[in-house]
Amino acid sequence: MAEPVNTDIPTVIADAVDIVYRVNGTGAGRGSATAALNRIVRRRKSEQAAGVRKVHAVKKVSFMAYRGEAIGLIGTNGSGKSTLLKAVAGLLPVENGHIYTDGQPSLLGVNAALMNDLTGERNVYLGGLAMGMSREQVKERYQEIVEFSGINEKGDFITLPMRTYSSGMAARLRFSIAAAKDHDVLLIDEALATGDRSFQKRSEARIRELRKHAGTVFLVSHNNKSIRDTCERVLWLERGELRMDGPTDDVLKEYEAFTGEKPKS
Amino acid sequence: MTQALHTPPPTAPAPAEAHDLAALAARHGLSVSGARPSLPEYVRQLVARRHFIGAFATAKLTAQYSQAKLGQVWQVLTPLLNAAVYYFIFGKLLGTSRGIPDYIPFLVTGVFVWTFTQSSIMAGTRAISGNLGLVRALHFPRAALPISFALQQLQQLLFSMAALFVILLCFGIPITASWVLVLPALFLQFTFNAGVAMVMARMGAKTPDIAQLMPFVLRTWMYASGVMFSITAMMAKHKDMPSWVSTALQCNPGAIYIDLMRFALMDSFHANQLPPHVWAIATGWALLAGVGGFIYFWKAEETYGRG
Repeated sequence: MAEPVNTDIPTVIADAVDIVYRVNGTGAGRGSATAALNRIVRRRKSEQAAGVRKVHAVKKVSFMAYRGEAIGLIGTNGSGKSTLLKAVAGLLPVENGHIYTDGQPSLLGVNAALMNDLTGERNVYLGGLAMGMSREQVKERYQEIVEFSGINEKGDFITLPMRTYSSGMAARLRFSIAAAKDHDVLLIDEALATGDRSFQKRSEARIRELRKHAGTVFLVSHNNKSIRDTCERVLWLERGELRMDGPTDDVLKEYEAFTGEKPKS
Repeated sequence: MTQALHTPPPTAPAPAEAHDLAALAARHGLSVSGARPSLPEYVRQLVARRHFIGAFATAKLTAQYSQAKLGQVWQVLTPLLNAAVYYFIFGKLLGTSRGIPDYIPFLVTGVFVWTFTQSSIMAGTRAISGNLGLVRALHFPRAALPISFALQQLQQLLFSMAALFVILLCFGIPITASWVLVLPALFLQFTFNAGVAMVMARMGAKTPDIAQLMPFVLRTWMYASGVMFSITAMMAKHKDMPSWVSTALQCNPGAIYIDLMRFALMDSFHANQLPPHVWAIATGWALLAGVGGFIYFWKAEETYGRG
């Protein structure tokens, strides 16, 4: 580990973090009944024999993040970026190692709390409450959220159930709800790519604003341009291992060479 | 400010270094991410999320019938149809109604109150395992989920109770002062249900197979709780049965809350059909399940979402 000589204040410390997913019912014979019985009978044996497959998603990753930093997370699909982000947020338990954080990092996203059968209006309330806002706070921000999402630009859509929205509209509303709250440590998982061009511009501006209030920002993206625009430091994960950690330009150059992609504009 | 740090060789870090990081974290007042809060802190967090619990329950309830043409009318229609089916089978075909005055109110009360317990427990079993997306996306004390599901079932029961009151009045059951007892009975039953829901939520999070098993357990429990027959009337018929069987059946939480409700609402259901110290037993079950279930659930708080 490079010596942490910075006088900066660390906000996130990951110390040799391992994350393992366990998937049931993947042993020999997969879902067949005899295989399942076999699993029960051999219960006491190793998890491997019991048909539980372990997926080692993140392996011994260590890094430190400081206040005021914006850090990009890159890597090919399935390299463990989102998993690492969830662990930093404290949503996914780590197998080994520790993650220390300043305050409560939050993942930008409320998708899971929203219900398609409810109106946009009720979803704004539900999402806000799910993020830990109080009823009054949601009421205060309600108009702002709806205006930002632009849902009502084409008529009174906010009072219709979310299942009637186009996928773009739903994504815009979700982002608007999620971005309504200020966070200490903000984790963004490819949220920039939603909506049409004008909405993308608005959301980029909103993210910059959130960054000003947030101590530290992590951004997962496959869009190297948005990483270049927002982050000064990049962590490159590959097969769950931290392959590189350094200034954006250096890491992206290596990464682009690795993926054989020409630098985008 | 950034250190150019290349991938360290995939070996375990030296213990001294690990110690350094922990010390550094401690020096800057960083805390372990996703650690389980202390019990009082957990309660405080849960109370802070009370609006979310309420909103989530109501949202689930309304979302249920939002695609149906009749919409929220189904909230009342579903329990009524349920009661009608039970009346047809048990009242008409099997003749369990013999010896029970006001059989329809007796049956309908039993079905509604039992459904509250049954669906709370079923929903609790899937509270974590069925909402992993939510658990992995947002921070909140996880106990909010099973409690919210129990609350949803309570709201559902209130709709059923509205239908029940109409049925009672149709059958000429007088409104008496004892109807007030509905409130403490419901409160105790809700506490009991939420507690069991939390126990099942933890077990279901670890072993999702339990959700497949629960319908059978619950059905057995239902038949042992006198939902569609009177335990005292049945015992009177089978004199050879030892008396402790009757006491055990009557004291099981399923039967206790049903009989309390019948006692509160029906003038033909007398106190001698209740076991002795019935309120104490009802409170005891509620405390045992509520407090015990809460602590049991909290003990595994940091493990929810693994998978």
